[in-house]
Amino acid sequence: MSEREKILGRIRAALRTAAPRPGAHGLEPDVLSAKFFPGGSVQQWLPSGGENFAERVEHFRARSAELKTDFQLFITQSEVEAALDKIAAAENWHRIATHEDLLTGSKFNLPALPILKTTGGYDVTELEACNAGITACDALVAQTGSVIVTSRAAGGRALSVLPPHHVVLARREQLVRDLSAGFELVQKKYATHYPSMISVITGPSRTGDIERILVLGAHGPKKLTVLCW
Amino acid sequence: MPSFKQAFTAEAQRVSADLRQRGLIQTALGKYEVARDARKSAFQDWQAARQAAAEIKWEAINHLDEHLKNFVAKLEARGTKVHWASNGDQAREIILGIIKENNAHSVIKSKAMTAEEIHLNDALENGGYEVVESDLGEFIVQLRHEPPYHIVFPAMHLTRGQISELFQKELGSAPTDSPEELTMIARRALRKKYLTADVGITGANFAIADTGMVSITENEGNARLTAALPKTMITLLGIEKVLPKLSDLALFLPMLATAGAGQALTCYNTLYGGPKQADECDGPAEWHVVLLDNHRTELLADAEQRDALHCIRCGACLNVCPIFRNVGGHTYGTTYSGPIGSVITPHLRGLQDWKHLSNASSLCGACTETCPVKIDLHHHLLQNRRNAAQEKPAFFEQMAFRIFGFVANRPAWWSFAKQFGRLAQPLQKLVQGTALDPARAWTQTRDLPPPAVKSFKELWKERS
Ligand code: SF4
Repeated sequence: MSEREKILGRIRAALRTAAPRPGAHGLEPDVLSAKFFPGGSVQQWLPSGGENFAERVEHFRARSAELKTDFQLFITQSEVEAALDKIAAAENWHRIATHEDLLTGSKFNLPALPILKTTGGYDVTELEACNAGITACDALVAQTGSVIVTSRAAGGRALSVLPPHHVVLARREQLVRDLSAGFELVQKKYATHYPSMISVITGPSRTGDIERILVLGAHGPKKLTVLCW
Repeated sequence: MPSFKQAFTAEAQRVSADLRQRGLIQTALGKYEVARDARKSAFQDWQAARQAAAEIKWEAINHLDEHLKNFVAKLEARGTKVHWASNGDQAREIILGIIKENNAHSVIKSKAMTAEEIHLNDALENGGYEVVESDLGEFIVQLRHEPPYHIVFPAMHLTRGQISELFQKELGSAPTDSPEELTMIARRALRKKYLTADVGITGANFAIADTGMVSITENEGNARLTAALPKTMITLLGIEKVLPKLSDLALFLPMLATAGAGQALTCYNTLYGGPKQADECDGPAEWHVVLLDNHRTELLADAEQRDALHCIRCGACLNVCPIFRNVGGHTYGTTYSGPIGSVITPHLRGLQDWKHLSNASSLCGACTETCPVKIDLHHHLLQNRRNAAQEKPAFFEQMAFRIFGFVANRPAWWSFAKQFGRLAQPLQKLVQGTALDPARAWTQTRDLPPPAVKSFKELWKERS
């Protein structure tokens, strides 16, 4: 018998005895359980994310401020291009990394700098030496101030985490209410053929491992900028 | 060698008098409490969310075989190699085998308590491989040759001064007392390792059955790098990590972050569904997922305590536990400390050797109240005590209760015992805490309260 069969066999044998339902020790009234069981959705208990676009922007802005994400909202693409040029100049970038299909159907004018594209393969040391990784995304989440990226839509696994500054380009319609909506969107988009990585990024990389004092840029980007229009 | 119990008692005594260590823990956990409460209040209904999480985990664990089969079938369909290990030996062998096959030399690891559980690093080092922990806290305790102090905050017992000294000695860095600079020293040292590591090892927080994905939660980005750069990736996870549906994460990720660290969401929550796919530009060519039983099926067979497998390892119960806060993490001598560790260690490593952990509790119930998946932790501590006593009754305890029962049932004996107690207690003062004192375990550090001058019965008589 294989180890797999042995383990599954032990599980089946163990499960022959039924376990008490959660909260059975009278810690919570049964009502709570009844409230959940008719298939209620979890959104009603979680932090909210806003019902319309204006509310969602407010949520995303507030979360971004807490997380130290730089969130900027624009009307036109050329404004976004100008904003990116400004960051590039201010931070003295000398090389940037990005991927093909940054925008579907139109061209995005990146700062006039040497560009490394990860699409189709790249050299890791070269990517490591870039000042910024500029990627598209699958969704922005108002509830948590998160960006959802996938290995397919955002230039692979490393582009959004290896360079010290991650810049996300997002369209207004990509801002969804909450994580539930974000996962729903991912499922609709990819269910037939999932990318090998789906990452929910919430703020720049951080650690509190030394005396619980917040430090940004532990391993991933020190800066996260979200440009949305 | 002292027994586990003796070692526990000795360490507990030492640490509870170590004001520096206790101060550090209090500050860290004080900060945690403030952040956690702020986050909890953002929930529309935290209690209902807990119940929902408990119900979902109940469903996952009580249909574990089906969920595991779905999970594995989906993973394999996308080219992942899945291994099953009944115990730590098998898991270590599988992982060593993969590393050997790939002719690898250096291994980079992101945080994985399961790897601590099976002492993977020792096995790899003995096999002649270089293993580097990449999570900052884990990296620090690895340099100190120590196990993690806490399942979520591995280096919470150290000051920046100690860490700076450690880095000076081990990495040759300049002294500094800035946490930021210390973090950057580690970042630079570890970046080099990332660029050359052949194999990346990760743990996992959830195994998603309906889509066949592994979900990893982290703040630093080190697991993201571990899963992106080395050409071989290995993920070790306990079989209990299952969640039925991808959409369940919409509940579990915020709850884990809130309960675990007082965050709305942890910085990176990443799902992995396979190795590099044909249309992708990077990622490991090979991905191995190792599913570990290691006594989990035994815990599963204990229906009364089965819900201990619902644990999402958030660490919240450690953070609120008055015992953990006073004796610290290393005192437990186990991979999993705090209330959840006291509950499951007897199942993982033997009841008689580890029953003392279930006794080291005030049964205040703070753990049960805080647990985001509503594990009945303090009742499980009681059940462990009961099971241990049933399996191996303690002779003196049994005798003492027999005598008490005998005396308490006989009014004449009882009133004699009361009188005797009042007379004898002053004598006890003379030998308090010494080997002659029968109540020494208690009176070494405390005074025995004097019996009341008059009993209830006597007071009642006087009144009428
Ligand atoms: S037992 Fe509950 S509170 Fe403790 S670590 Fe597990 S999930 Fe968190």
